[in-house]
Amino acid sequence: MLFFSFFKTLVGQEVTVELKNDISIRGTLKSVDQFLNIKLENISVVEEIKYPHLSAVKSVFIRGSTVRFVHLPATQVDTALLQDATRREAAQAGGKAKLG
Amino acid sequence: MASPSEPGNRPDEPLDLVRLCLDEIVFVKLRGDRELKGRLHAYDSHCNVVLGEVEETIYKFEEDDEDAEPVTIKKQSEMLFVRGDSVVLISPNPPS
Repeated sequence: MLFFSFFKTLVGQEVTVELKNDISIRGTLKSVDQFLNIKLENISVVEEIKYPHLSAVKSVFIRGSTVRFVHLPATQVDTALLQDATRREAAQAGGKAKLG
Repeated sequence: MASPSEPGNRPDEPLDLVRLCLDEIVFVKLRGDRELKGRLHAYDSHCNVVLGEVEETIYKFEEDDEDAEPVTIKKQSEMLFVRGDSVVLISPNPPS
């Protein structure tokens, strides 16, 4: 749930999604779900000459499982908050393992 | 019975090693002959991670010549989310 919440805080930002087939798509993050599927708008393919198939496409849904990286704007990420949230989530996961 | 807020009282888990690396420089090996070095800001149980000040190294191998040295490509990124299914290992000691 941590990264779902994290990506929700980044809605509206410009991100670059690098897929496992090496295509990079830059666009505005419109929405995200629990599987980290991503909807991007106003997209452009980073190496347009090499990958011209999406030149006419404005908006895409990307299945989460095909994503390798998401390049994020560093200024929009509160790293201290992110680390605290990670520690909280780790403590929760540990507690569940103990009970189960 | 330890409460979840006392991480010291539960048995060691592999991801505890990763927890101790938070805010440190880590080495991440990925599928497809890729490696990352960067500051660990977040992770979860799927090994999804967020790294800052990242240097990515890609090793490209020639298809027909197995003995040839791989071509290395380096890329920088200031903040990077990495999906866990690409992650092979996370290590606190970056090889120099």
